[in-house]
Amino acid sequence: MSFPKVRVPYLLLLPGFAFLFTFFILPIINLAQTSTQTPVAGGDTGEYEQTLAFGNYIQAFVENKEQFGRSFLYASLATIFALAIAYPLAYAIAFKAGKFKNILLVLVVAPFFTSFLLRTVAWKQILGEEGFVVPGLRSLNIIGEQTTLTSTSIAVVAGMTYNFLPFMTLPLYASLERIDPRTIEAAGDLYANGITAFRRVTVPLSMPGVVAGTLLTFIPAAGDYVNAAILGSPNTKMIGNVIESRYFKIVDYPTAAALSFTLMVAILILVTLYIRKAGTEELV
Amino acid sequence: MSQKIKDASIPTIPFKARFSRWFGRNLLRIYMIFGFTYLFIPVAYTFAFSFNDSGKSNLIWKGFTLDNWKNPCGAPEVCNALGNSIKIGLLATIFSTILGTMIAFAIGRYKFKGRSSSNLLIFLPMATPEIVLGASLLSLFLVFKINPGFWPTVIAHVVFCVSFVVVTVKARIASLDPRLEQAAMDLYANELETFRKVTLPLVAPGIAGAALLAFSLSFDDFIITNFNSGTLITFPKFVYVSAARGIPAQANVIGSAMFFLALAIVIAGQLVKRKKNR
Repeated sequence: MSFPKVRVPYLLLLPGFAFLFTFFILPIINLAQTSTQTPVAGGDTGEYEQTLAFGNYIQAFVENKEQFGRSFLYASLATIFALAIAYPLAYAIAFKAGKFKNILLVLVVAPFFTSFLLRTVAWKQILGEEGFVVPGLRSLNIIGEQTTLTSTSIAVVAGMTYNFLPFMTLPLYASLERIDPRTIEAAGDLYANGITAFRRVTVPLSMPGVVAGTLLTFIPAAGDYVNAAILGSPNTKMIGNVIESRYFKIVDYPTAAALSFTLMVAILILVTLYIRKAGTEELV
Repeated sequence: MSQKIKDASIPTIPFKARFSRWFGRNLLRIYMIFGFTYLFIPVAYTFAFSFNDSGKSNLIWKGFTLDNWKNPCGAPEVCNALGNSIKIGLLATIFSTILGTMIAFAIGRYKFKGRSSSNLLIFLPMATPEIVLGASLLSLFLVFKINPGFWPTVIAHVVFCVSFVVVTVKARIASLDPRLEQAAMDLYANELETFRKVTLPLVAPGIAGAALLAFSLSFDDFIITNFNSGTLITFPKFVYVSAARGIPAQANVIGSAMFFLALAIVIAGQLVKRKKNR
């Protein structure tokens, strides 16, 4: 090749990074700028000027602290439930499935191919008033006449758990599958019983998968608003719902930008702390 | 003799131990059945209701019909939305696969100054919630007076697909045996020939996998699309908008068809892989 070798990686990076700079870094900078703007006096709706109003952040946070809290609570709960459901599933596929391993793995991802929104709407209809679950439970007197399953925070968390399950299962499977079964046998040879071997050998060795899976579930869950919009009620609004309505219904760009920026920074801080604590730098 | 030992050992195992052993062996199987049932309930529901003779609102079962499958464009908005999703998906896949593969080769193959910050730049879009990506891009477009619509949506999709392509292709590059390329060089292939005849074919399955992933991410995306598409309707957006008044059964047909198509592609891929390994 005619150009010096040192330049090759930079030339390969150039188009992609130019693209990411223009359409990822620049928008984030612009978002930060928008977040401190205030309406132009006497201007049209949607007209804003830069006044470095950092008070926007305080106001946005105070007005929406409930929704912030809910976002992080729901996302944490969904992450914990998804981990509880996915770990045994991934473990079973990695260690007990034998020749069915690949088929089962495909089946874990398969529901993913039916549109995410269609599946969420399907849950709404299954658990809704006209579905078969609610009348069934009512006739068995398990739930009362007034109790509903949709439009509750439980439904939102359940929907999020369901929708992000593949993101949890796949990394867990990848790290469990890499474990040499001989290390577990060795624990048994050293008189560890099944539970001890699991706790002291399998779990620590699967940590990279746990970290990757929880991040891939928590991050999109914290910013999600689709589950809350379809399965929830006005009382289950998350920060995503607020940002969406600030943008589209109220045309209040500065507040929406301040909220987005706060959400992003909060998540980045949490993720950094979490990765430090879990001691895996593999992701970055 | 071993038979004898086995026979003799059965009664000596206390019930509790036998039970826990049975439990240990079958608990996971029972669990798997429950897990997969849970995963497939909404898929099965969507599939079943694609046969509903429902008219406009597909909420209550009204009778079996094949009409929706025979005429998936019976609700024209569904087909229009599907067409937009496919067009956007294909364009986003092409651009993100090209850009992402180049980045993956640079990071996976070379040691250079700024390599770790490059890794960070790839990680950041994945660590940013979709709503922030979508909202920030929209504000940029608004500043430059670009109206949201088809191309802004394509650009937005490329932004979040690139990182996933990089990660997937990089993993494939990392798993290559460097001796194969050394062997090609030993046989007097120059760098370009080695790349074309050895490296690229070996990385190709990774690139194909990344492209499939990019397409399915783009096709299924709602949040970022909702921010940047303006009045353009994509398939997920159509489902979201019409969820309140009931989704036409044709949408269920499309969803189910996508499911079977993707399943067929994945299984075909597995079969090809198995054939090659033999």
